[in-house]
Amino acid sequence: MKDEGKLRLTFWENLQQSIFSSKLGMILVYVVLISWSMTTIFPLAWVFLNSFKQSDEIISNTFSLPSDPTLDNYINAFETVNIGKSYINSFIISGSVVILVLALGGLAAFAMARMNFKLRGVLQTLLVASLLIPSFATIVPVYRMMIGMELVNTHAALIIPQTAGNLPFAILVISGYMATIPKELEEAAVMDGCNRLKMFTKVFLPISLPSFATVGTFVFLWSYNDLFSSLVLVSQEKVAPIVVLLSNVSSQYGTDYGLMTAAIAMTIIPVLIFYLFAQKTFEKGATSGAVKG
Amino acid sequence: MKGDRLYAVLFLAPAFLIAGMFLYYPFFENLLQSFYKTDGFFNSTFIGFDNYIRLFSDETARVATLNSLELIVYVTIFQVGFALVLAIMVDAIRRGAGFFRTAFFFPIVISGAAIGLMFTLIYNYRNGLLNEILVSLGLERVLWLTEQSSLYMVAIPTVWNYVGFYFVILLTAIQKIPNDFYEAAKLEGITGPQKMFKLTIPLILSDLKTCIVLAITGTLKIFELVYIITRGGPGDSSEVLGTYMYQKAFEDTAMGYGATIAVLIVVLGLLLAFITNKLLKRDEVTY
Repeated sequence: MKDEGKLRLTFWENLQQSIFSSKLGMILVYVVLISWSMTTIFPLAWVFLNSFKQSDEIISNTFSLPSDPTLDNYINAFETVNIGKSYINSFIISGSVVILVLALGGLAAFAMARMNFKLRGVLQTLLVASLLIPSFATIVPVYRMMIGMELVNTHAALIIPQTAGNLPFAILVISGYMATIPKELEEAAVMDGCNRLKMFTKVFLPISLPSFATVGTFVFLWSYNDLFSSLVLVSQEKVAPIVVLLSNVSSQYGTDYGLMTAAIAMTIIPVLIFYLFAQKTFEKGATSGAVKG
Repeated sequence: MKGDRLYAVLFLAPAFLIAGMFLYYPFFENLLQSFYKTDGFFNSTFIGFDNYIRLFSDETARVATLNSLELIVYVTIFQVGFALVLAIMVDAIRRGAGFFRTAFFFPIVISGAAIGLMFTLIYNYRNGLLNEILVSLGLERVLWLTEQSSLYMVAIPTVWNYVGFYFVILLTAIQKIPNDFYEAAKLEGITGPQKMFKLTIPLILSDLKTCIVLAITGTLKIFELVYIITRGGPGDSSEVLGTYMYQKAFEDTAMGYGATIAVLIVVLGLLLAFITNKLLKRDEVTY
């Protein structure tokens, strides 16, 4: 069988063989990998570089290092479009969503993972099914409800539906993690006289912290980056998060290159720093987040 | 455990109350509203299937649906395809794997709005990155966003944005394959390319399937990039279902009709996920 297999190498397989076993092939592999990483790094570097130039220098000399580095574009971003305010709004909204999702989702996940009750199976199915609900499919009624409650253009208008939308994902991931914790720990906690609430705060919460971190980072990202719901529910300048500001900049200041590059840089920098520090958590989120689209 | 019933209710109630009010109820309400005609904010009249009839004769809706489907094809092939190639390559190399992991994954953390704005700058006719490269090579400027090209120009950042996501999923899957498999294969004389086609790919097939389903449902949710880069234009050449739904419901305040388009998005998503699952049905390998 094995000899047969060897004889029957197709052209494509031969090519593959030479790619992965020869020195030349290895060089080719690195060339491909380096080229793709160039496509991710180069555009960003270009934006960062240009954000320190005057607009006319961006136009005349877009690839060179800034001849006279300036913070004008950043100052401009704070003064003309009030990017500081959008920052604060973004952090209020996304921060609240993360806290609410982790608190409510954590409790529910504990019940789903460690308690037996009649509706457990039904709720589990419901949670999985709700991952298929896109925000397009809830936004019209949510918008009307928010108008009814006079919450449109307040932070709560975005915090509440984003919390609701992220809860199923959080409950599924955290309860999946909690389900793997040995039963002995639960029994030991009972012996020590813990009730269910104490068991959660003293035993299960600390042990499950990695899953809380994973869920927290991803929920933060989804919330921070969610332009669609933000445009509908919190588009007024006093409450608008930074992605709405970006979209306004693109339509109103489309010729002010300096301002645009500075605005992009300022949106990206916090998440990029966050990412470089918590890379493992992010990647774990991607693989566990494989349940959500 | 005794007394669990009370605690279960107490622990579950807050989460499911919020999800019920702001996720499940709106979802069903959206279905209802797709049978209403709304002008302004609170005037609704029941019109039966009229919105659906309108949807099927709406030329822009047809274009948007076809564009969304076209995007799904490109995005699935290139996102998952590139990701698979890159994952196999990174798994094969010894040095620099950590760097490539970081470099490939990080675009995911950037918001679609920022990427959209960045690509606007890249595509710009005057002083855009692409045209400046052309000029510095002594070539003519090109108008990148035309009616023929706009959909591709939106597909590129979409693919670019998410390759890293599938790359990490697939790389993790490949590295999870136990070493014994490879050792057994080695004894059988299976190496290099054969190893890849007969061992690696079949073993990560279920992860590949997950990636494909995610790519399909994810592409149906595209909004930011199209909204920022082209606003669906020029004309409606790059309109997709997400942007068209937004335009109808919130710019033209035809909320009932917007709700109908949202129903179409959900139905398409379910249908495509179902079909993919059927087509890629295989016995799952567990180890």
